[in-house]
Amino acid sequence: MAQVELAGIERIFHLGDAEVHALRAIDLTIEAGEYVAVMGPSGSGKSTLLNLLGLLDLPDQGTYRLEGRDVTSLGPDQQAAVRSGRIGFVFQSFHLISRLSAAENIALPMTLAGIPPETRDARVRQALIDFGLDARADHRPDQLSGGQRQRVAIARATIMQPAILLADEPTGNLDRATGHEVTRLLEDLNTRGTTLIVVTHDPAMGERARRRVLMEDGAIRRDERPTPP
Amino acid sequence: MRLLDTVRFAAGAALGAPLRTALMALAMAIGVAAVVILTALGDGARRYVVGEFNSLGSNLVIVLPGRTETGGLGIGGLSATTPRDLTLEDAAALLRAPGVVRIAPLVVGDAEISTAGRLRSVFVVGTHADFRQVRQVNVAQGRFLPDEGLRHGGNWAVIGATLREQMFGAAPALGAHLRIGDRRFRVIGVLEASGQGLGMDMDELVLIPAPVAQAMFDTNTLFRILVEARDRNAIPTVKREIERILRARHDGESDVTLLTQDAVLGTFDRILSALTLAVAGIGAISLAVAGILVMNVMLVAVAQRTSEIGLLKALGASAAIIRRSFLVEAALLSLAGAAGGLLIGYAGAAALRVALPDLPADPPAWAVLAGLATALITGIVFGVLPARRAARLDPVEALAKRH
Repeated sequence: MAQVELAGIERIFHLGDAEVHALRAIDLTIEAGEYVAVMGPSGSGKSTLLNLLGLLDLPDQGTYRLEGRDVTSLGPDQQAAVRSGRIGFVFQSFHLISRLSAAENIALPMTLAGIPPETRDARVRQALIDFGLDARADHRPDQLSGGQRQRVAIARATIMQPAILLADEPTGNLDRATGHEVTRLLEDLNTRGTTLIVVTHDPAMGERARRRVLMEDGAIRRDERPTPP
Repeated sequence: MRLLDTVRFAAGAALGAPLRTALMALAMAIGVAAVVILTALGDGARRYVVGEFNSLGSNLVIVLPGRTETGGLGIGGLSATTPRDLTLEDAAALLRAPGVVRIAPLVVGDAEISTAGRLRSVFVVGTHADFRQVRQVNVAQGRFLPDEGLRHGGNWAVIGATLREQMFGAAPALGAHLRIGDRRFRVIGVLEASGQGLGMDMDELVLIPAPVAQAMFDTNTLFRILVEARDRNAIPTVKREIERILRARHDGESDVTLLTQDAVLGTFDRILSALTLAVAGIGAISLAVAGILVMNVMLVAVAQRTSEIGLLKALGASAAIIRRSFLVEAALLSLAGAAGGLLIGYAGAAALRVALPDLPADPPAWAVLAGLATALITGIVFGVLPARRAARLDPVEALAKRH
């Protein structure tokens, strides 16, 4: 059983009278622990695919099985629970809450899940050390550098120990050196077993992924799998 | 999400926009303060009036000729006979009833008075020496009417403070002669200035013995009889006795109306309580306005925090968590405003008490509780729409929105 199984996915947006076929006939299977780069020009449906994988969006047709369970038929609260426990998001613009400290931002998914404060504090402390942020725990996002912000965001995305990490242009707002640093961080997480799915424009990052899914006009044009050694 | 975490998150969100939060709390505060001050004023007025009535002596039974009791027409009210007049003999008979301490008959009329070339029309009250104790009036100069029994009286007059001023000015009034109607009276006393009481201005009237007044107005009837009971508990017995005696004297007809201070007081109490409720209602309108402001501000908050809401959804927050978080925020803002409003309201009531020392302007406890509850309920009710809007946001679109 694959971790992610998409079959016959269609997603159509209505913009006034026009219909935009954002995803068409998508069949995609991803095993646990894979490192996948989703690439393609703007408007090719990469982000829509990522939102769908993260249960932020629902397909108009087709089925999405996550860990063997058909998640398209789940109710909104059950989908929220799946997002909470199984999926981590990393965004291009970090999406940190500016009034919360780094530690509070990292703790947010646990706070929302109702995990008791003692457990939260212990795990946040460990995450701050793991991501080299222990000196920045009480800093607010506007007191952090871009790289530090993205590290906080990644710490937040992984604090619930999700099975899948979805990253939408995670290095898009960072300079080259910082971008590399963040990429390595994500790859480290992948090496330790988390499935990593990255949407990127950056060919360099795409090169590093073991599997590349190339999209065009809402369809998968090419799926370059690693050849088994 | 745990309740404490929800409250902390909501409080943080509210403090994240201090100006917006402060303005909204202020609006709520004004609403609550309005309720507190207006009810303090209304209830203060009620207690002032009740207190004044009590100071008149609550042992009083007032006898009026004619049956005009409220509570619908009784059999007596439909009888065709005209009521008999009250007479001084009736008054004298009442004095013999058990539980009755004093009585004061009242004969009233208008008359011209003149002295030393000054002339004016006054309200003349014919009564008895006991009027002083029954109505608790104080004599500033000289003495009150002498006790000459109910059927006799000399040409003595006791005048109100304002009247003395107008008729005599700086000249001594005591011992002076005063022409009332076609008779000459000697002024033996001047009342203390006291103002309005029981519908007559005590400062502008002339008191003379009741038989003299009857002769002057060419009548043998009484306007009313004031009966003072031994104490409050004796009032029911006294009323029964008055009914019995007067029925016996009036050929078996119950043709008088008995008023007690309690009944008058009860009426005033009810009227002023209703008035207090009415002003509380007016205050509550400002709370409703504050509620609409709460809604407006929360809608702005939802719009400003759209991307944050999208993020919370991406991080696994259910619609219920987001709804609750915004409702708690609205409730916290309302509570903060209400607390501020209580402070302002109590300060305002204290200022009222300083400005009007006679008015016991204390906000009643029920109004304070009602104001607080209304503020909280308003905040939550008007917070529902923005909270639902937040919870229903599409996460993808919400996330795409820039901060």
